[in-house]
Amino acid sequence: MNAALLNDPRVRGLFYQGLLIAVLGALLIGGAYNAYVNMAARGIPMGFGFWSQVAGFDINLHLIPYSGVSTYGQAFWVGLANTLLVAAIGIPLTTLLGFAVGLARLSPNWLLSRSALLYTNIMRDIPLLLQLLFWYNAVLKSLPGPRQSISVGGLVFLNNRGLFLPAPVPLSGAPWFAAASGAAALAALLYRHWARRRQELTGAQAPVGWVSAGLLIGLPAMAIAGFGAPFALDVAKLSGFNLRGGIPVIPELAALVFGLVTFTAAFIAEIVRAGVQAVAHGQVEAAAALGLHRGLADRLVVVPQAMRLIVPPLTSQYVNLVKNSSLAVFVGYPDLVQIFAGTVLNQTQAAVQVMAITMAVYLAISIAVAVALNVYNARHALKER
Amino acid sequence: MRASASTETLEAAVEFVAVHKWYGAFHALRNINLTVRRGERIVVCGPSGSGKSTLIRCVNRLEEHHRGSIVVDGVELTPDVKRIDEVRREVGMVFQSFNLFPHLTVLENCTLAPIWVRRMPKREAEDLAMKLLARVKIPEQAGKYPGQLSGGQQQRVAIARALCMNPKIMLFDEPTSALDPEMVKEVLDTMTALAQDGMTMIVVTHEMGFARQIADRVVFMDNGEIVEINAPDPFFDHPQHERTKLFLRQILR
Amino acid sequence: MSDAIAFVRARPEPLDPPPTFSRGALAWARSNLFSSLGSSLTTFVFVALAAWLLPPLFRWATVNAVWSAPDGVLCRQNQDGACWAFVAAKLDYLRFGSYPVAERWRVDVVEASGAGLIAWLIWPSAPKRAWGALLFFVVYPIAAFFLLRGSPTVGLPVVDTLLWGGIFVSLLTALVGIVFSLPLGVLLALGRRSELPAVRLASVLFIEFVRGVPFITVLFMANTMLPLFLPEAWTPDRFLRPLVGIALFSAAYMAEEVRGGLQLLNRGQYEGAMALGLNYPRMMALVILPQALTMVIPGIVNNFVGLFMDTTLVSIVGITDFLEAMNNAFKDPVWSGPTIMATGYVFAGMFYFVFCYGMARYSATVERTLARGRKR
Repeated sequence: MNAALLNDPRVRGLFYQGLLIAVLGALLIGGAYNAYVNMAARGIPMGFGFWSQVAGFDINLHLIPYSGVSTYGQAFWVGLANTLLVAAIGIPLTTLLGFAVGLARLSPNWLLSRSALLYTNIMRDIPLLLQLLFWYNAVLKSLPGPRQSISVGGLVFLNNRGLFLPAPVPLSGAPWFAAASGAAALAALLYRHWARRRQELTGAQAPVGWVSAGLLIGLPAMAIAGFGAPFALDVAKLSGFNLRGGIPVIPELAALVFGLVTFTAAFIAEIVRAGVQAVAHGQVEAAAALGLHRGLADRLVVVPQAMRLIVPPLTSQYVNLVKNSSLAVFVGYPDLVQIFAGTVLNQTQAAVQVMAITMAVYLAISIAVAVALNVYNARHALKER
Repeated sequence: MRASASTETLEAAVEFVAVHKWYGAFHALRNINLTVRRGERIVVCGPSGSGKSTLIRCVNRLEEHHRGSIVVDGVELTPDVKRIDEVRREVGMVFQSFNLFPHLTVLENCTLAPIWVRRMPKREAEDLAMKLLARVKIPEQAGKYPGQLSGGQQQRVAIARALCMNPKIMLFDEPTSALDPEMVKEVLDTMTALAQDGMTMIVVTHEMGFARQIADRVVFMDNGEIVEINAPDPFFDHPQHERTKLFLRQILR
Repeated sequence: MSDAIAFVRARPEPLDPPPTFSRGALAWARSNLFSSLGSSLTTFVFVALAAWLLPPLFRWATVNAVWSAPDGVLCRQNQDGACWAFVAAKLDYLRFGSYPVAERWRVDVVEASGAGLIAWLIWPSAPKRAWGALLFFVVYPIAAFFLLRGSPTVGLPVVDTLLWGGIFVSLLTALVGIVFSLPLGVLLALGRRSELPAVRLASVLFIEFVRGVPFITVLFMANTMLPLFLPEAWTPDRFLRPLVGIALFSAAYMAEEVRGGLQLLNRGQYEGAMALGLNYPRMMALVILPQALTMVIPGIVNNFVGLFMDTTLVSIVGITDFLEAMNNAFKDPVWSGPTIMATGYVFAGMFYFVFCYGMARYSATVERTLARGRKR
């Protein structure tokens, strides 16, 4: 081989890549071989046959039917559902709290903005696990027993067995209430559409906010007045040594949601604050100079630009919340990791298969969100030359 | 050729009476007394830090003054938010860094305020905007976004945007300082045309050739106070105050 | 004077002090606390809340607290105060775990030398940092491991990793994570920016895989799968397995930080180096990486802080970190009582907060210093 060929960057490139592939390939094959030998020696199952074996353990929170004779596969679905439950409850709550704290950071009131700053600094610099353990062990576990439950307004009860929310029981007025709510929502949308068309044609502005609020409150209220209450509240009542009725929220779930929501909200608050402050001050000045009052300037100029900056890191925090929900294993909440990568893995010893499936689930969520975000970015990016 | 201020409309467009302003302990505006008549073109010049930007930003209350009174278009500037918004409708401002809204097209930038503040129907606002974009000679850019335009084009859009509110007074805060040299002329030409149409203008600028051409009076500020005011020819040819002479020597090499 | 055509100033204006109402504490309160009706209401609500919540908390932590006691009796009697005596009694265990008392000087030496090396590396104007890097990344891990574990050949009694626990384990885990993840992260970052498609693909796959899964699954994977993928004889120590997971996990995040730094460097640096005739390795080592790494020092410190907080998860694979040591300490029947958990968690929270917040502030200062050097 002559020197020219050796020094050709393309040849070198191919050589290095070939080397890399060879090394990685060797590692993979070596690892797989070792795994095969080791697993055979220890009697560890190598296929996915365990999926239809009976699990034999119970789970204290299952959104789908599950019992002691359900299979490992069904245990997987229970765990996944529980993880998604945490996400479904946690994401809206943390968004609300995060935006509230973030906007508080921007308040001209010194006390409000400093308190928000204190909140974000403290919550971000204490490990999430410590916060979870604090809520679970130091707070929820040390609540009084069911007989001395702390009651909030006679409807919500807190004790060391969990949080007991009132359950809505539909009454005869329920369908009317639902219909009225649906009609109100539709009417509000239609009014908004009509107001916008009217503004385009004549320039007159209509109080869309007030009218929508009035509709959404008024129509259902009329339904209640006319057809009776839509539902009664089944409040938890003391029966024997425990509370019965209502919607019981096990302390594990309550602690996990509470910890995740307060922790993630601190990061969201920072994102919101940074997004709003990144909108150049000149934008606000230009809007003011045109005669737009503060509310209009915020709505038409600041918010659209801020949301572009907020949405990407915000979705990233949502994914973090889902990933962090895996800390459920420390408080005993039966999420995907606790059930599948915990109990199922211990019982079947099928580490490779179980971990592969578990990680695949989280990866799927991360990738799906990343793809969706890319689509959003492509659509909403500010156009430059 | 310069159109001079009409003698029929001698009421004041803007009146500063004994105005003071502080930034913390720093006395930024010191006893400013200035009256700008309707249709008059004032150019304010001076070294950086002299308070000229602060002065002009007090006219539409982007900055607050602490002592004295400022009367704009017959309305005194107070902390009353409603009246401030009323004043701002009649006063247009063009910024050094353009401050166009990047998420809206050029046309939407211009129609935003007429639709939401003057409650114009959309069609009427768009016609007005196209007319003014034609006046600043870039009607073909109406569908583009600010990020797709050059600096000179953006500033002309900013001028059109301000004009869409049909202001009585136009403020310019160093409109060409952020532009590449080859684009300065197009903006100055636009401003000259505006002046020739009789607009009341207060312009903070370093472009002395432009000042000489269109100003009715030149105001020289230094250290927060007005040092000298004169018509352009006497101002540039026979400056009276020592500081004026020093300043002119430095910038007119 | 105001509307005459000409005006020439005769005397300079006096420099007045600002009106009294626009400065001082009163003005500050007016604009920051009472600037509007809403603001004033908020101020009142906050003051009321503070008056309601803060005094009991303060009393819990100070006046009602039990500061010293030989056992939990006093704490059980004073249930509305913290049990700081518990923390004081357990402090050694919280710092060293079950490490033999006589050998604890070894832990102190490792901690002190580590801190010294880090300070040397982070100090922007320290001399001969290349030597410091060599010591820190190569010599220190080996020396520290030998010192901590001990070895008959050197005359140090062996201390099994089972006995290690507490704060020093948390620090050690985080430190090992950073030491190994920084070189690995640099390689991954360079790989991700490489023009060779296979290299780039491999780097991207690794980084996105690691960043897409929860940390706990990485720990589980390292703990359960590593023994399977290695031949029987090479089974790593139970302490080493999670460390591998931590190093790989941290490397992926480090790679993103370094990549950010590499992107910030303007193209002129690359072109200048290439024009000088430097080949790729030399260009990277002498010109690009030193600058990029300096720029991402704040990011690296943040990574360290994040890693330090993430090390709390290693208890799930049987390592006794600070938090686990605290949980163990709670089980002591001598001290058991209703207040010790809250006390312990508050103490742990304060420790983590002071440490993490302090490091974050330090990196912010370094970032400001670096930014000043860059702006002209």
